Amino acid sequence: MDKKIRLPITEETAVSLYAGDYVYLTGKMYVARDAAHKRLSELMEKGKELPIDLAQATVYYMGPSPARKGRPIGSAGPTTASRMDKYTPALLDNGLRAMIGKGKRSEEVLRSIKKNKAVYFAAVGGAGALLSKCIKRSEIVCYEDLGAEAIREIEVEDLPAVVVADCHGNDLYQTAAKEYEKPEK
Amino acid sequence: MIRTIETSVLTQQISEMCIQVNHCLSPDMEAALKNAAQTEVSPLGKKILGDLQKNLKIAAGEQIPICQDTGMAVVFLEIGQDVHFTGGSVEDAVNEGVRQGYVSGYLRKSVVADPIERINTKDNTPAVIHYSIVPGDRVRITLAPKGFGSENMSRVFMLKPADGIEGVKEAILTAVRDAGPNACPPMVVGVGIGGTFEKSALMAKQALTRDISKSSPVPWVADLEREMKEKIDCLGIGPGGLGGVTTALAVNINTFATHIAGLPVAVNICCHVNRHQTREL
Repeated sequence: MDKKIRLPITEETAVSLYAGDYVYLTGKMYVARDAAHKRLSELMEKGKELPIDLAQATVYYMGPSPARKGRPIGSAGPTTASRMDKYTPALLDNGLRAMIGKGKRSEEVLRSIKKNKAVYFAAVGGAGALLSKCIKRSEIVCYEDLGAEAIREIEVEDLPAVVVADCHGNDLYQTAAKEYEKPEK
Repeated sequence: MIRTIETSVLTQQISEMCIQVNHCLSPDMEAALKNAAQTEVSPLGKKILGDLQKNLKIAAGEQIPICQDTGMAVVFLEIGQDVHFTGGSVEDAVNEGVRQGYVSGYLRKSVVADPIERINTKDNTPAVIHYSIVPGDRVRITLAPKGFGSENMSRVFMLKPADGIEGVKEAILTAVRDAGPNACPPMVVGVGIGGTFEKSALMAKQALTRDISKSSPVPWVADLEREMKEKIDCLGIGPGGLGGVTTALAVNINTFATHIAGLPVAVNICCHVNRHQTREL
């Protein structure tokens, strides 16, 4: 089912989402990937304040290509989410609501999504030019030294994504392939 | 007769190639994706393949890279033995081409100087360069920037001779199954069978640069390519890993002689943004 969703995603909205829903997201979200996650995790371990507000936040796992003049951002498709698995349960426990990436998540992350009433979306991997057009504004929030891996805040309009893991315990990657799997000839 | 080539020509060519391949796919890749959008049966899979069509159009029309992971530059240089380079080191010239292409082309700098210290080199160098010396006085440059979503899902299997062709098939399917949605399907699967540990991996990478509309000239290999594409599509992984009948756009296999005790099989997986271009000097 196609759904239009305004960010931030409330608990109520998260609960209403099911694996397989096709959504269009509009609003503000953070962009962070490997190196930024490592830094956030180190701050959390030391009990220090984070440079971003995780309450009901959505994070897009993405490292854009540089923006050409007059554009907010370059190519901007999702990166593989499993590399963030190690850091994710702690972020979810601290209020993170939604993640956008591509690829499988660990059992631990799936359990944490369920426990925290969160949601994991997949955006189309390798569609960086198309997704770039949905991003209307982008600014670096912190860790500028990380280049493409800096934490950004972006404003998106109708960014297409598919619910892969919902808070009801469904994982589309596990069910969808089975539906089209054909027995060996 | 010795032919002299200025290394600055390599720089110029490679710089242009970096920019072109990151904005436009080769005609065989474009045709395969277009065809898949017609034949896919899963509604969600069809939608994703439709999005990929739109993505290619925007990338070429507005000069936004097809994928934000503009890759680590892999360069194959086939150098005629009658060629003499002047004007500095070939390696420096190749890296200068990558540097110029990635900086002036607004491509992402994804390379870190050391695998553990991980400091970005900020210009996407160094490239991974494979040289071969061939007869003649020409130079063939093949540039194939590789994204790491799919590179991370690639494997080398050191099978036993007794595992035979069935073992090879199972190895390919295992790699693809484990890659699943992570490798951005529909994928192109490059396979190297035989040689040594590193030769198999190199063949798998080279296989990815072959036109996917063309089969191997070796009959049993061509048959295996067709059979494996069919078997992979039967896994149901589908576009984006969200279910469907299009999981592989092609399986390209290269083979080489091997040792009496071994059967190396390398599977280099590439996403649907399989970028490569060849130019001859």
